[in-house]
Amino acid sequence: MNTSQEKCRDVPLIEIRHLSVSVEGKRVLNDLDLYVMQGETIVLFGPNGSGKTSLLKTIMGIPQYRVESGNIIYRGEDIAERSIDERARLGLGLVFQNPPAVRGVRLKDILRICMEKGGVFKEESIIESADKLNFVDFMDRDVNLGFSGGEIKRSELLQMLAQNPAFVMFDEPDSGVDLVNINLVGKVINELLEKGIREDRRTKAGLIITHAGHILDYVNADRAYVMLNGSVSCSGNPGDILEDIRTKGYEGCVRCRR
Amino acid sequence: MPKVTVKEKAKNAERKPAAIGPDIDLSEYSLQADDHGEIQKLTGLTDEVRERAITVGIDAEESCRSGSFFQMDHSVILAATNQSGLEVMSTTEALKKYEWLTDYWWKAVQVDADKYTARAELQQHHGYFLRALPGAKAEFPLQACLYMGREGMAQHVHNIIIAEEGSELHIITGCTTAQSVKSGLHVGISEFYIKKNAKVTFTMIHNWAENVAVRPRTGTIVEENGVFMSNYICMRPVKTLQMYPAAYCIGENATVRYNTILSAPEGSKMDVGSKVCLRAKGSRAEVVARAISKGGAIVTRGNLIGEVPGIKAHLECRGLILSERGSILAIPELDGRVSGVEMSHEAAVGKIAEEEIQYLMARGLTSDEATAAIVRGFLDIEIKGLPEHLRREIKKAVEMGEKEERIL
Ligand SMILES: Nc1ncnc2c1ncn2[C@@H]1O[C@H](COP(=O)(O)OP(=O)(O)OP(=O)(O)O)[C@@H](O)[C@H]1O
Ligand SMILES: [Mg+2]
Repeated sequence: MNTSQEKCRDVPLIEIRHLSVSVEGKRVLNDLDLYVMQGETIVLFGPNGSGKTSLLKTIMGIPQYRVESGNIIYRGEDIAERSIDERARLGLGLVFQNPPAVRGVRLKDILRICMEKGGVFKEESIIESADKLNFVDFMDRDVNLGFSGGEIKRSELLQMLAQNPAFVMFDEPDSGVDLVNINLVGKVINELLEKGIREDRRTKAGLIITHAGHILDYVNADRAYVMLNGSVSCSGNPGDILEDIRTKGYEGCVRCRR
Repeated sequence: MPKVTVKEKAKNAERKPAAIGPDIDLSEYSLQADDHGEIQKLTGLTDEVRERAITVGIDAEESCRSGSFFQMDHSVILAATNQSGLEVMSTTEALKKYEWLTDYWWKAVQVDADKYTARAELQQHHGYFLRALPGAKAEFPLQACLYMGREGMAQHVHNIIIAEEGSELHIITGCTTAQSVKSGLHVGISEFYIKKNAKVTFTMIHNWAENVAVRPRTGTIVEENGVFMSNYICMRPVKTLQMYPAAYCIGENATVRYNTILSAPEGSKMDVGSKVCLRAKGSRAEVVARAISKGGAIVTRGNLIGEVPGIKAHLECRGLILSERGSILAIPELDGRVSGVEMSHEAAVGKIAEEEIQYLMARGLTSDEATAAIVRGFLDIEIKGLPEHLRREIKKAVEMGEKEERIL
């Protein structure tokens, strides 16, 4: 490894500093700090309405989420002023929790878009991946139109494979996914985050939102953050934190913050 | 009481305004036209004419066509078919050739419906006669082009299409003007007769100009097990276009499908509907419309009339308003006259959801690209049972319309 790459490893791939965000005049993120190093897989816990999705959408650049103050630094650049598509082309990808259905745009159309704009993936490998995700029959369906909860997750992951982003955000990839499919979902996340190779060789990083933590049975996470009321209340070992939340709820995290 | 003749009925309706649409002063348009002679093949068209004809789906090479009809202003310059069992000629000639044709003349459209039907009877300028003999199946589509090359001119055509028992016809009709023509009037009467077990697909593409007024009047009679499928595409400017074709399912299990794709630029008024009367058990109808306003005013209508039990029909209309000044009025009507009918409709008019644009942007498309992709998807209606090359012509016309309007 050369020295410039070495140096790259010391600075986070993405860093959120003192981020405050409002949507529809309502404050949803408050002075939030968080970072993700290249090669890392981070988990984000937090109760309903704590602002997890808002954080991901803000990072992706959805304009309704207005940055009031703070910075979003990606590869050393503050990207807060950049449009959604610019961020996508810079290497940011988002698995939406509730993506809209787009009538008339078929799954295969959007996969082609993802490939053209970002990915190094080939048409054949998409078919292969679709096969892996048990999703070949959906290619001619309008994207997300009438998809079941589990199907939406697989469609989103397939799009990520085609787009091949460097920083992948997963908004509840395990919610509503059955036991057979969660295994597939886990495999694809591992593939996207290059979990098969040594951490210091990886070029990717990921941020995964999960409530029950099922996905952690399939994907190894390095660190976890807990969000409460729009900011990070604590961070630490994903297994320990999950155990805490399972037994004591978010009480511990509230105390942790104090 | 003495029987009123067709001509008398027309005379009486000469001043009768149409039920819908802005009234047109017919005296504004000239009835003069030059004689354009005849050509042997469409390759004999001038480059200018050919280029315009291609925009409305005409295949100038005639390689994938079973026959061609070309009318320029008031002259039929070509009428020919290369498949036996099919007939292509002007209706004036057909009237001379077949005495029985009067049994089909003004039987699917009323001659005194309004001043436009009356005008077409009193001042008819040909039109096409297309017929498939019993059991004949067209290998390729028949194509017909109605071309207006003279500024300020009126063209009144009367078309008759007959699919005899067990036959199959695919027709593509393109109507357009010369590039230089800005204003004119086109009145087109079309009467379709689909006999028992016959099938007709009719694809019509219009490419008019800013000041052209268009009044098609169409009626279709579908007998037992007959299938009529009509696709209409107008993606280009027109001053005023009003049509409300009607199909009558009079035989058991008759099937009618209408697909309409409209895009109205600023200044264009389009009022287009589809009506189906289901009069026999087991008949089916499906009406689908997609309308885009880029500043123009669109009225999209649908009317399903269920007159007997055991019929099934569905109406779907979606409109997208892409400009502040645009408007779309969707008027879906379901008219069930007995119990035991199954009719439904869905209609939606609005703008593109911001959320959908953002979603595609998150995959790397710019805002404009995302909008275009959604519009393209919106206009891409699935048309079943149409030969592949006609599907391609529709796609081509839609894409061309989309592209040109963006430049404007
Ligand atoms: N576009 C919006 N308009 C209005 N309120 C919003 C909007 N987006 C988010 N909010 C509000 O912001 C708060 C945080 O929402 P967010 O979706 O980020 O929560 P979350 O942590 O992802 O919750 P969940 O676990 O239920 O997915 C909620 O109170 C939500 O109602
Ligand atoms: Mg959420």
